[in-house]
Amino acid sequence: MREAFGRLGRYSLLKGVSLFLMVVVALYLTVFIANWGGELDKIRRAQIKYDVTVGVSMAFADQGLTQEQLQVIIDDAVATQYRRFGLDRPFIIRSFYYLRDAVTLNLGRAEMMTSDYGSRQVTDILKDRVPRTLLLIATSELILFFLALLIALFLSRRYGGWLDRVIVGLAPTSAAPGWFYGIFLILIFAAVLGVLPYGRMVQIGVPKGTWEYFFSVLKHMVLPVSAIIIGAIFSSIYSWRTFFLIYSSEDYVELARAKGLSSQAIERRYVLRPTLPPIVTSFLLMIITVWMGMIILESVFNWPGLGQTFYEAMQRFDTPVIVGIVVIYGYLLAATVFMLDFIYALLDPRVRVGPGGSR
Amino acid sequence: MKWLRELRRYPSAIVGMVILVIFVLFAIYAMIAIPIDQAVYLWRGSGPWLESPMRAAPLYYDWFTRDKLPRTFIITLEDEGVTVTEEMLGGGMKQLTIVLPFDYDYDGLPSELQLYQDWQFETGQRPSVYLTWKKPDGQIIPLHPAQERLHRDSFPTYYISQDKALERVLGAVAFPDVRDPILPPHMGLLARDLEVPSLADIKPLHGRYEMVMQCVMEQGVELREVRLRVYGQIHGWAGTDHQRRELIVALLWGAPIGLAFGLLAAVGAQLSTFVLGGIGTWMGGKVDAVFRRLTELTMILPNLAILIMIAHFYEPSIWRILGIVILLNIFSASYMVYRSIILQTKESPYIEAAQAYGAGGFRIIFRYILPRLAPMLLPQFVIVVPAFVFLEASLALLGLGDPMLPTWGKVLQDSQNQGALLTGHYYWVFQPGLMLMFIGFGFAMVGYSLDRIVNPKLRSL
Repeated sequence: MREAFGRLGRYSLLKGVSLFLMVVVALYLTVFIANWGGELDKIRRAQIKYDVTVGVSMAFADQGLTQEQLQVIIDDAVATQYRRFGLDRPFIIRSFYYLRDAVTLNLGRAEMMTSDYGSRQVTDILKDRVPRTLLLIATSELILFFLALLIALFLSRRYGGWLDRVIVGLAPTSAAPGWFYGIFLILIFAAVLGVLPYGRMVQIGVPKGTWEYFFSVLKHMVLPVSAIIIGAIFSSIYSWRTFFLIYSSEDYVELARAKGLSSQAIERRYVLRPTLPPIVTSFLLMIITVWMGMIILESVFNWPGLGQTFYEAMQRFDTPVIVGIVVIYGYLLAATVFMLDFIYALLDPRVRVGPGGSR
Repeated sequence: MKWLRELRRYPSAIVGMVILVIFVLFAIYAMIAIPIDQAVYLWRGSGPWLESPMRAAPLYYDWFTRDKLPRTFIITLEDEGVTVTEEMLGGGMKQLTIVLPFDYDYDGLPSELQLYQDWQFETGQRPSVYLTWKKPDGQIIPLHPAQERLHRDSFPTYYISQDKALERVLGAVAFPDVRDPILPPHMGLLARDLEVPSLADIKPLHGRYEMVMQCVMEQGVELREVRLRVYGQIHGWAGTDHQRRELIVALLWGAPIGLAFGLLAAVGAQLSTFVLGGIGTWMGGKVDAVFRRLTELTMILPNLAILIMIAHFYEPSIWRILGIVILLNIFSASYMVYRSIILQTKESPYIEAAQAYGAGGFRIIFRYILPRLAPMLLPQFVIVVPAFVFLEASLALLGLGDPMLPTWGKVLQDSQNQGALLTGHYYWVFQPGLMLMFIGFGFAMVGYSLDRIVNPKLRSL
């Protein structure tokens, strides 16, 4: 037992380190791209030069300085500003400082954007936005997981029935992403029927009372959450149902049935147990895609979360915010991948976690 | 070919195939009917679309309403019933009286009115044009283009619908109790009854309308052309957008672009993963370890975020996007799937036999392992195509589509930006939406059926 834990510890350390290196590489790529591979510096330099020249010319306007003297002052001030923003060093060197800050979650100050309370700290901005995205994702994924699991179990019992065939026939609907169904849902429920809001998180004129606020958010959540669920549920049901069917035709299940065990006990002990690892894997991988898909879904629903902030930051060339969001994404994705292995080991005793494991 | 015959046994596969064949034919028709240069030119807007209405619904809307919805028509000098009488005045002046009549029997009001005149005159000889509008009931409304005073050397189009003075005059008649009432001229000039509770209740007066132009000018000034444009509420097979462009151009051209992008991206991404999976698994050891790390990296990499950043910061041409999409998908999660299958195949006796007679690694990978597993690739390949089609649409929705090409995603983006759902222009949203949906379903239906054929374990399920 102790030996097993020792191996687990060593393996998880190894895995953790390798994932961390992956995150570092991913972040460096992001830093590089978000700065246009250094091109953004030209714009920053030009902006600083312009600001300083205008500022100095105005400040020293009436002091009778010659053009040369003025130029010296300007050059000096520009150099100071360059040093202040680190622009006196080449981008490649600076990019590693950016990387260090990103990896250590020292996200710095935003260039343009502010948090809801006016803070320029990227951390404060993200603190506003992350919970809102999490709210959507957690709600929809929880509903999705249990709903799909229950329906898949139900269908595997009624294999071949009309409902089964309908759901299998609906599996291709998952070819379209959530935002796509979102547009149609808005069309039907907001535009034509007018029963649910078009978008946003709370109604305009934020309600004062806690309950009113809660219900307003709930009402605004219905459509985006349904969009995420519709975009993924039928293929999940289809593939999970298939797992259940494959496993319920195994010999040991037949034996259990012959022994006269109740069908509930069979399902719990002999069908659900071996099928859970692949189901959980596919579910976690789906969450990763959903995380990324939020950029578009939030812009369709005008939901003020992480995805929309990312898009806004990009349009305003606010590099610190872009990098900050990708850092959060990167760590969350890495954590998901890290967890995959352990959930696997937890659910399936046959899988030995470690370098010699069956995977 | 064996699969094709087997595919016929699955109804969903047949439906999917039919959808895909329709889309291919659609794409071929698009490329023949509107060559790419012309499509790009048309989608750039303005010039070619001057005489189509703004935000008009598709023609087929007419089939579903009892009313006869107004269409666009244009009255020119050559039209039947148009009279031009010339009269000499003293002092080298002459007077032209032009009557432009038209019968209006639609059940809705036009969406816009414009009068285009093309005069040939020297500077300072601008003709004076007096316009009157005659309704079927004999009512006469004088029109006074405000621009008369502004333009001395040119004769711009008279946008009757935007005539602010006329708007207020008509409004004062219609809503006498309201302060600063306005009534858009294209409604007021054709209204049957102006004393109505709201704008929505205005019905058109049927019958013969006349636009009378009395023009006084020096001799030598010529009138080349007159076009009275009465814009309708329905236009084109797919309606028009805020720039008067007919959406059918984008709906047609979306098919070849979407298909090409989806197929190329799927081929590039899946095939490269497959080949590298073969090489990595066969070589094992360090190569395999590196490839697996790269797969993990791809998993952690915020793909979409990177793609969006590249599309945003650099020129988002469709080829660049395609290249990046393939690059980001080389070491996709399917590497692990291929790896586990190839690992099994690696142990099979025929590979051992090949090794025994001295076949090299590459020969074994490309001649014995990969071809045997290729059928396995097919369903996965078909299933991922829609993902890439939708990826292109997602980028377009964020405004990062290829700036030149008319695509379904672009139409969706315009409709979102223009608030089409808020203003009730539903056709603008559901038409490109349905196209995307059908193409996605088509590939997915074929793919799922193929999956069952190729993986016999699923067949009985």
